[in-house]
Amino acid sequence: MAGPKYPGFDTLALHAGQSPDPATGARAVPIYQTTSYVFRDAAHAASLFNMERAGHVYSRISNPTVAVLEERVAALEGGAGAIATASGQAALHLAIATLMDAGSHIVASAALYGGSHNLLGYTLKRFGIETTFVSPRNLEEFRKAIKPNTRLLFGETLGNPGLDVLDIPAVSAIAHAAGLPLLVDATFTTPYLMKPFELGADLLYHSATKFLGGHGVAIGGVLVDAGRFDWEKSGKFPQLTAPYPGFHNMDFEEESGTRAFLLRARREGLRDFGACMAPMTAFQILQGIETLHLRMPRHVESTRKIVAFLSSKSSVEKILYPEIPAHPDHALAKRLLPRGCGAVFSFDLKGGREAGRRFIESLRVFSHLANVGDAKSLVIHPASTTHYRMSDQDLKAAGIGPGTVRLSIGLEDPEDLIQDLDRALAVASKPK
Amino acid sequence: MQLQINGRSAFAYTAAHEIDPAQRTIVFVHGAGLDHSWWGLQSRYFGYHGFNVLAVDLPAHGRSEGPPLASVGEMTDWVFAWSEKLKIEKISLVGHSMGSLVALEFAARHPQLAEKIVLIGTAYPMKVSEAFLDAARRNDPSAYDMETIWGHAPQVPFSGNPNPGMWMYGDTLARLSRLAPGVLHADLAACNAYAEGFESAAKLKCPALFILGGRDMMTPPRSAQDLINRIEKSRCVQIASSGHSLMAEAPDATLDALIGFFAD
Repeated sequence: MAGPKYPGFDTLALHAGQSPDPATGARAVPIYQTTSYVFRDAAHAASLFNMERAGHVYSRISNPTVAVLEERVAALEGGAGAIATASGQAALHLAIATLMDAGSHIVASAALYGGSHNLLGYTLKRFGIETTFVSPRNLEEFRKAIKPNTRLLFGETLGNPGLDVLDIPAVSAIAHAAGLPLLVDATFTTPYLMKPFELGADLLYHSATKFLGGHGVAIGGVLVDAGRFDWEKSGKFPQLTAPYPGFHNMDFEEESGTRAFLLRARREGLRDFGACMAPMTAFQILQGIETLHLRMPRHVESTRKIVAFLSSKSSVEKILYPEIPAHPDHALAKRLLPRGCGAVFSFDLKGGREAGRRFIESLRVFSHLANVGDAKSLVIHPASTTHYRMSDQDLKAAGIGPGTVRLSIGLEDPEDLIQDLDRALAVASKPK
Repeated sequence: MQLQINGRSAFAYTAAHEIDPAQRTIVFVHGAGLDHSWWGLQSRYFGYHGFNVLAVDLPAHGRSEGPPLASVGEMTDWVFAWSEKLKIEKISLVGHSMGSLVALEFAARHPQLAEKIVLIGTAYPMKVSEAFLDAARRNDPSAYDMETIWGHAPQVPFSGNPNPGMWMYGDTLARLSRLAPGVLHADLAACNAYAEGFESAAKLKCPALFILGGRDMMTPPRSAQDLINRIEKSRCVQIASSGHSLMAEAPDATLDALIGFFAD
């Protein structure tokens, strides 16, 4: 007898987490634009507060529209559940704040989005959480950096901006051998290109602002838990395995097993830090997710055409895209990213900083701004924008040069994009 | 609460309360491959509303030490050991799927102890397909897929979870992925081999409540009917929209049925 089958990715992208609205029959996800929910009676109210019944109390903690997004992303990632947050940065902060206290330590890849680097390297340090940054390509550095107070290993599926491919199977094995979870930022890959949980990651998050939304109209984040890390067995997380006076003396793991992390993240993290997602934002991001499986192949296909074009230009010194055989992670990318390496990549122009400036200012279709993963093509100069707070040494460690330009390839006609780049390259390479 | 039973560590969730001899006691028994946390909302409710609650982890499940028990009879003896250790004089049992067979068998073997029983998502006989048994015997991941997909109503992937933000399939798979090899097969084989259902039903002295899911693919309501007919003091609540995982798919309706049954 043939075994049962799960719904496919494309079907889940359209349907997971939502049935037609029981009150109205609305097919689209309704925007439940409300702060709070009427209790049936006093006993019902008490039961909701004491977690004896499921439901919504206050939209900072949960909201029906936001819950559809959470469930849909969890379904696409193969997770146990998810929490939507005000931004991708809020998702990263929520994960860390749920798992550790002052005195804890993180081992992180050095190839991170500048905002994440700031949070780990400077801001959290003020609150007593230290981070050791390591090369994502040097597994031994991850292993050696683990200390008795380490509570998390962290990296990006595709590092920003050099597209270092995180060897999730190997890094997660190092983490698990030390009784630690691996958290990954999966923003650049989306669940369409990679399923980090299938490779060994325990937690992941997205800046949903990017490809999940895809339209550039909403800021949001989603934190997803695979539900498979055994906090009790690890013995390093009293936050989840000991009675917590801050929430009815609850032992989250005893109470809810696979749901322990998300339970504390929602009931404490959203309650106290409050970085929740608005229902309108959830609705907008859901509109993007409904076409994720159609957009991502087009993003990748156009990116490949543009990478091929740039490879043919003598004014381009180096292209950092893992599908190019010269990229240090080419073989790893073929193994972990068979559907493609996304639509964000960097290249170095000959002529350094000045050539970079002239190139960017000559583009007409590409928009010069600080974002990626939009349906519209985008360009930025990391050394002067997203990574400007980093020292030259840190920049070099992250693979960024003075002439590095980052592109995010959108859904326009790729021939128009190539024509735009060709014109700008010609301007950039003209003698002054 | 952690106890030693038969020389091995055994766990039961008590909703953070001590056992109070003055209160009635409900033992919750989970289904194949699962654990106490599957009763989260319902066990917590009763623990905070005047009942002693023991949501047990059967051996090799959740926080209880293995190996798994090989038959419904052994599971029943193991639950009985809890009542002896804690010197509890009257017990009600709420069992889901495999756990419902334990509840039935317990009430038949210990009529002086059993106050009420609830059988949720049950069937008799509880036959398991050879394909499912074989996959579980081989510890093949497809066994977890079968339990996950058949264990929920067909519409579950296309509808919202009453518990905000949780993906029911993923949560079930996460739980099953923590099992030691052989545990799911031991559970399924125990269900498949249980043959004392009608005999035990005839011995029942206490009231029994059946809570069944109208869209249950594992234990459809019709497969419980013969058992229901043989229990004199039985009533049945059918939750039309729910599949086999009634506590998760229809947590309020399941809880309301339990509250009504234990009100008198």
